[in-house]
Amino acid sequence: MTIAKDIPDKWLSIVLPLQRKKRPDNCGEEERKVHANVREYNEKFQYASNCIVTSKYNIITFLPVNLFEQFQEVANTYFLFLLILQLIPQISSLSWFTTIVPLVLVLSITAVKDATDDYFRHKSDNQVNNRQSQVLLNGILQNEKWMNVRVGDIIKLENNQFVAADLLLLSSTEPHGLCYIETAELDGETNMKVRQSLSVTSELGDPDKLAQFDGEVVCEPPNNKLDRFSGTLYWRDCKYPLSNQNMLLRGCVLRNTESCYGLVIFAGPDTKLMQNSGCTKFKRTSIDRLMNTLVLWIFGFLVCMGVILAIGNAVWERKAGSLFQNFLPWDPSVNNFLFSAFLSFWSYVIILNTVVPISLYVSVEVIRLGHSYFINWDRKMYCSHSNTAAEVRTTTLNEELGQVEYIFSDKTGTLTQNIMSFNKCSINGHAYGEINHTIRAQGKKAEPLDFSSWNPLADGGLCFYDGSLLEAVKTGDLVAHEFFRLLSLCHTVMSEEKTEGALVYKAQSPDEGALVTAARNFGFVFCSRTPGTVTVHELGRPVTYTLLAILDFNNIRKRMSVIVRNPEGRIRLYCKGADTVLFDRLHPCNHELMNITTNHLNEYASDGLRTLALAYRDLTEDEWEEWAELYRGAGRTVDFREDRLAAAYEEIEQDMMLLGATAIEDKLQEGVPETIAILSLANIKIWVLTGDKQETAVNIGYSCKMLTDDMTEIFIINGHTVQGVREELRRSRERMVANSRDAMKEEETQGLGKACSLGNGFSEKPKNPTSPTSLLESISGEFALVISGHSLAHALEADMEYEFVETVSVCKAVICCRVTPLQKALVIELIKRHKKAVTLAIGDGANDVSMIKTAHIGVGISGQEGIQAVLASDYSFAQFRFLQRLLLVHGRWSYLRMCRFLCYFFYKNFAFTMVHFWFGFFCGFSAQTVYDQYFITLYNIVYTSLPVLAMGIFDQDVPEQRSLEYPKLYEPGQLNLLFNKREFFICITQGIYTSVVLFFVPYSVLSHATQSNGIALADYQTFAVTTATALVIVVSVQIALDTGYWTAINHFFVWGSLGSYFTILFVLHSDILFSLFPQQFNFLGSAQNTLKQPVVWLTIALATVICIAPVLAFRFLKVELKPQLSDTVRYTQLVHQKKRKPGGCVSRGMGVDGGEMGGVSLGRLGRSGSHRSGYAFAHQEGFGELITSGKNMRLSSLALATFASRHSASWIDTLRKKKHGNIQNTPSTPPAPPLSNSSSLNAPQDTPSEEPRQHCELGGFQSDSLNEGPDLKNSPEGETGGCSLGALQEVLFGWRGSGARVSSASSPGPSDIAEETSQ
Amino acid sequence: MMASSYSAKEEDGHHPGASGAGGAAANGRKPDNTAFKQQRLPAWQPILTAGTVLPAFFAIGLIFIPIGIGLYVTSNNIKEFEIDYTGTDTSSPCFSCYQNFSWNSTLPCKCSLPFSLDQPFESNVFMYYGLSNFYQNHRRYVKSRDDSHLNGNLYSLTHPSKECEPYAHRDNVPVAPCGAIANSMFNDTMELFFVHPNETRSQIPLKRKGIAWWTDKHVKFRNPGGNGDNLTAAFQGTTYPVNWHKPVYELDADPENNGFINEDFIVWMRTAALPTFRKLYRIIEKKSSMTPTLPSGNYTLEVTYNYPVHSFDGRKRMILSTISWMGGKNPFLGIAYITVGSVCFFLGVVLLLIHHKYGNRSSSPDIAS
Repeated sequence: MTIAKDIPDKWLSIVLPLQRKKRPDNCGEEERKVHANVREYNEKFQYASNCIVTSKYNIITFLPVNLFEQFQEVANTYFLFLLILQLIPQISSLSWFTTIVPLVLVLSITAVKDATDDYFRHKSDNQVNNRQSQVLLNGILQNEKWMNVRVGDIIKLENNQFVAADLLLLSSTEPHGLCYIETAELDGETNMKVRQSLSVTSELGDPDKLAQFDGEVVCEPPNNKLDRFSGTLYWRDCKYPLSNQNMLLRGCVLRNTESCYGLVIFAGPDTKLMQNSGCTKFKRTSIDRLMNTLVLWIFGFLVCMGVILAIGNAVWERKAGSLFQNFLPWDPSVNNFLFSAFLSFWSYVIILNTVVPISLYVSVEVIRLGHSYFINWDRKMYCSHSNTAAEVRTTTLNEELGQVEYIFSDKTGTLTQNIMSFNKCSINGHAYGEINHTIRAQGKKAEPLDFSSWNPLADGGLCFYDGSLLEAVKTGDLVAHEFFRLLSLCHTVMSEEKTEGALVYKAQSPDEGALVTAARNFGFVFCSRTPGTVTVHELGRPVTYTLLAILDFNNIRKRMSVIVRNPEGRIRLYCKGADTVLFDRLHPCNHELMNITTNHLNEYASDGLRTLALAYRDLTEDEWEEWAELYRGAGRTVDFREDRLAAAYEEIEQDMMLLGATAIEDKLQEGVPETIAILSLANIKIWVLTGDKQETAVNIGYSCKMLTDDMTEIFIINGHTVQGVREELRRSRERMVANSRDAMKEEETQGLGKACSLGNGFSEKPKNPTSPTSLLESISGEFALVISGHSLAHALEADMEYEFVETVSVCKAVICCRVTPLQKALVIELIKRHKKAVTLAIGDGANDVSMIKTAHIGVGISGQEGIQAVLASDYSFAQFRFLQRLLLVHGRWSYLRMCRFLCYFFYKNFAFTMVHFWFGFFCGFSAQTVYDQYFITLYNIVYTSLPVLAMGIFDQDVPEQRSLEYPKLYEPGQLNLLFNKREFFICITQGIYTSVVLFFVPYSVLSHATQSNGIALADYQTFAVTTATALVIVVSVQIALDTGYWTAINHFFVWGSLGSYFTILFVLHSDILFSLFPQQFNFLGSAQNTLKQPVVWLTIALATVICIAPVLAFRFLKVELKPQLSDTVRYTQLVHQKKRKPGGCVSRGMGVDGGEMGGVSLGRLGRSGSHRSGYAFAHQEGFGELITSGKNMRLSSLALATFASRHSASWIDTLRKKKHGNIQNTPSTPPAPPLSNSSSLNAPQDTPSEEPRQHCELGGFQSDSLNEGPDLKNSPEGETGGCSLGALQEVLFGWRGSGARVSSASSPGPSDIAEETSQ
Repeated sequence: MMASSYSAKEEDGHHPGASGAGGAAANGRKPDNTAFKQQRLPAWQPILTAGTVLPAFFAIGLIFIPIGIGLYVTSNNIKEFEIDYTGTDTSSPCFSCYQNFSWNSTLPCKCSLPFSLDQPFESNVFMYYGLSNFYQNHRRYVKSRDDSHLNGNLYSLTHPSKECEPYAHRDNVPVAPCGAIANSMFNDTMELFFVHPNETRSQIPLKRKGIAWWTDKHVKFRNPGGNGDNLTAAFQGTTYPVNWHKPVYELDADPENNGFINEDFIVWMRTAALPTFRKLYRIIEKKSSMTPTLPSGNYTLEVTYNYPVHSFDGRKRMILSTISWMGGKNPFLGIAYITVGSVCFFLGVVLLLIHHKYGNRSSSPDIAS
């Protein structure tokens, strides 16, 4: 009864259960032979046709196949088994319909759902199969449906068409048989890729020639490897090897290519796309697993009860039954008590099976479905920007969202927007780009500069706030001119003039694009380039520079330079690169400027900006000639070409003059730091797993406040050997222990006074430092760990993973950089295995698919890089910040609701069923039911299902704003507090207690009682009605107690259920039904005779009070003595509702005044310059060579997103080789110095002199940051001071339990606050 | 540096609200802004506070205790007299009947038990027979009946349901009434004599009607072919159950109380919930307001001992009882109410103390912990 994934509207995303679809002949296929244009030959092999069938059923097969599938569910089979048992008259203790009605109900609900799903699949299949494509048949192009395309056909594709099958590209309209495809639907990459036909076939331009083409392809059998293909084309007695470079795969879209021809190699289900859409792993939640365990336990319990009762039956039959035979002889077939006991066992199994009612599974699914819809409907998770609402793609995981302990996030596109913006710069020691503080203080929003007024070529996208830089450029500051000239010259960007005057830059890395765009806006517009020249519009004047050399970027050099000759003939080298590298190569006279710039850089770096230093060097003609010779020589060599080139570059990049530095903001998505802060307050550990470089990753870590200066220490694991990594891990652990020991000592010396001041209750309780349970558990302080991919590879090895997990689990934040998609999955696997924690992976790209699939919950960011991640995900939405809502609001509620639902569900069924057990002792263990058979049938599906469903769907303990304000509310889910084995036992104990009361109270009362007309009350039917009514009332009162959020629906369901019970009772016991079916409705008159007796009502009232009063008392005591946070929040909510003033603040007197938490530094102050890191080179090397070779120029008419794939294979190969070289090379160089290994980054700096300024900043921040509700915003200032948000903000900026420090420093005890507010 | 984080924050804070308010962009994908879909349905959110729980406990206590006292007093005012006439004891007058029971004997065994009532029984007195250790609630027993047969359905009369087996047919003749319940019908007859102080006995008139549920008598049970006079004809072609001594149409001379609608039969057919039970046998109606229905004094119970309970260690009792608005004597209910009421009241006090001692916490909650 799993609700399958929603049917995606795109045919590509259809997930087929492949195992059943695979035709047998496919398995044996060892190689595939395809003869072009010869259908008869190809038909011999019975290759799959291009018709795809993702639907499971047709009209005839639906019923048997669907039923077969449903009965594969254990629960369904179990109930079928019960049904069969009931058909045996000696066993049957219930009428057949008590089981069959729920079973049929469940089966038909599922069947209807399956049928609708399948209907949509049929529809999408039809749509896809009936797409038109042009097939070359008998020399003529004919329109054919996709489903009729056969292997060996030649089909023609036109621009922007979907590729119908896996094709061998034969020819295209573009030169050299090139064609461009977009593979977004296939692998999620949005950039275009180039495919090239074999040169021999690329001449086959027209249909006539193609019709004559009679080559034969021998290739590998169908497989799911998207990036690999091997085969051979035999044509005209020649062999031509085929690779993936020649293939067009189904699912791709042809772009920028007028048309092309291809030979169908794989069709339909054999295509790589279809082979890839294999079964996704079915995810189960931990509640699911727990539930399955519990259900097994209950079965065990059921068997135990059955055995007890069967033994009882044996004893009774022997002792009493055998003597009672005058009145009740044994059945002829049952001639001894043992056999009778055996039968009675099964009879009791049937009766008691309602402890695990079939409706449990259906209800759980319904609740999850409801929660899923709430997520889909949530407007606060709707991104108006991309017009995407949140989407639940797996409806069965919702409650696990409330238990997440680890979040693994991708960086690019997830945390960041992958948009770089030129934010600040330092030119000649003057910093530009700071937002005017006076404007900010006035609360106005700074307006970005408008460039278009003076520069018609300006790009509207840049937001730069500092007008003084523009002034500097306008007034002719030469250094500023040179600065921007450098930016417009020193890069590998390609420009494209789509329409007149509208320049579009194609940058290989967004950083470069940002820099060139900045230069463009400041009047240095890069216009076009040829292999030898660069044309720049300098303040409206076109200037063409001769490009003498590009000294390309690579990871070791961390800089790039160009050498250009300006029209006047002066040769100048422009260099941009990481400051650490560049500053070593400056002319000594730059010393002073360097210091100033370094200060600026530090400032930028502490903001998480990516920095670059810029410098130039004038070259004389001689110097250039001399070096050019060296350079050419180096370029010509074959051996060690790289090294020799590097040496040559090194030679010339010396004695440079510093121009300044740029700071680029890697724009975070909206609300990322806040989301991360809130999530980590909720005790969720956040890991960033990125393919990016360490510096970039660390920078992002800072800018999204994952890493803060308040952290005790940040460790870098960068070892390249097993030993090195182990050593580094060990060292960091030692440092942790040492640190926390220091902290403990400090705490001890500060003494008890502090502990008392903590007693006001809004920060963590002082831990007892003298009794650390374990070394690592006792560690206090916040640590972060940065580990690189190659170290991670070692750390994930079997013998070290434990050590790794030990270290990492103490860390508050972990950043893994340079990791491969596989490693991402491995890391998650590791945490899953060792920590038994619920993991969530969030990502947006194809490289995140593995981790999304591995994690318990996969979240895809939609609307960014393609749909691959979304397709693999369980939830998708457009913005990272929605994650807090998904987890803290929806997840938390889902978990809470599911737990409450399960508790109540088990309770009510135990209360219901166990009455039979007690009755067994009084009815000779004969499996006589206490209740009417209809009551048993309807109890679970009518009388009690809807109220608990309503609670399971609508219940809320605290409003959504509160769960964001108090992230600690999330903790019970992580600790699994609300439903675990203990809670389960409490529930069933309560259920059993209720059943005891429900049986023995009527028993004691009724056994002597008589009606008011003297007729004895203790007849079976009266007893049944009394007990059933008491049961319904008790469970209704209980659900009323459990429901915390009474919407109209809850009212309707609770009262409606009670009403329906009495209505149905009277109908079933009515004269009319009896006169129609006297055998079936023999409870005639019981309802009215029973329910008019005062004694019966007194009994019911008594039983209800006995059942409910202890529960009430326990709950009250729990709230009173050990209140959960949610209780407290709820209570305060109530209190404030009562004395609500318009716009009153939520919880006065609990928060911390904004000013008093100001002792925490906000990053800039504390972040010392030692770890300046970012530099804006995110791109690969090789593009310099590409530009100077001019290879990419001829394609410049095509709009290509990247350069990487548009060139011939040979060029790509050289690129790849270089990349490999780099990867192998990097290890040999020492890690970048900025973040030294295992060194303390900084100590918290709370300089008192700084405080006043921070106070006002924070105060201002507080009032306009997190207060979501308008009522909070409007509150008078005096009251806002004590706003409950303080607690959150405290950690948002402090991260550490700064409350302690703050209170010790400025001691804002509750009394202080009271004083302040009273003033 | 503040710029980036601040602006993002502001947008974050305001974005949801803004999009919520400015729903003008009626886009297909945008979820509807309804209270239901946004989970903002108005709701009552009760919580357990001292202000609600404690009064509830006191209220329960204050309601239950008086009710309990009332019930207890009422129950105590009810007179009940019970006599066991099984005859297990050798001294019992029914001992010989108990011992020498044989299914085949045609001669009824009679015994008479003297007893005395210390107090007079005012108002109507109800006479019950009680059986112990008799499993009328056994599953096979309970279902061994045919309601359509008992409802006078002519087809069912001659074709008793399979549920009645093995009491559906006797020598291939359908049994009426069929089934184990009917077959085991209680067939002792009891007569009550008042023994005047002068040793003369006067029989106390026992009313045989009005002892069954109205619905049973008038709807559920019906003689085949309507409740006509000629029951003998109606039951033509059937035989009586094996344990019976006479056919069903000879249960009573009164045609209104004969056949399936014989009230003794109906009462028996309403199976008991528990193995020890009592069933209403006769009613002794109050004749005049002046004299008590059963004055105190000596009585004799004359029993025609037909019903064997020896084999399964059963017990047979005769009970005389008066009733009140709440039925017969039922001390348990009153005591239970008093107990539960006091416990609740006590719990209320305890909780109040606890609340006073520890409850300060919740008035100044520590949210951030």
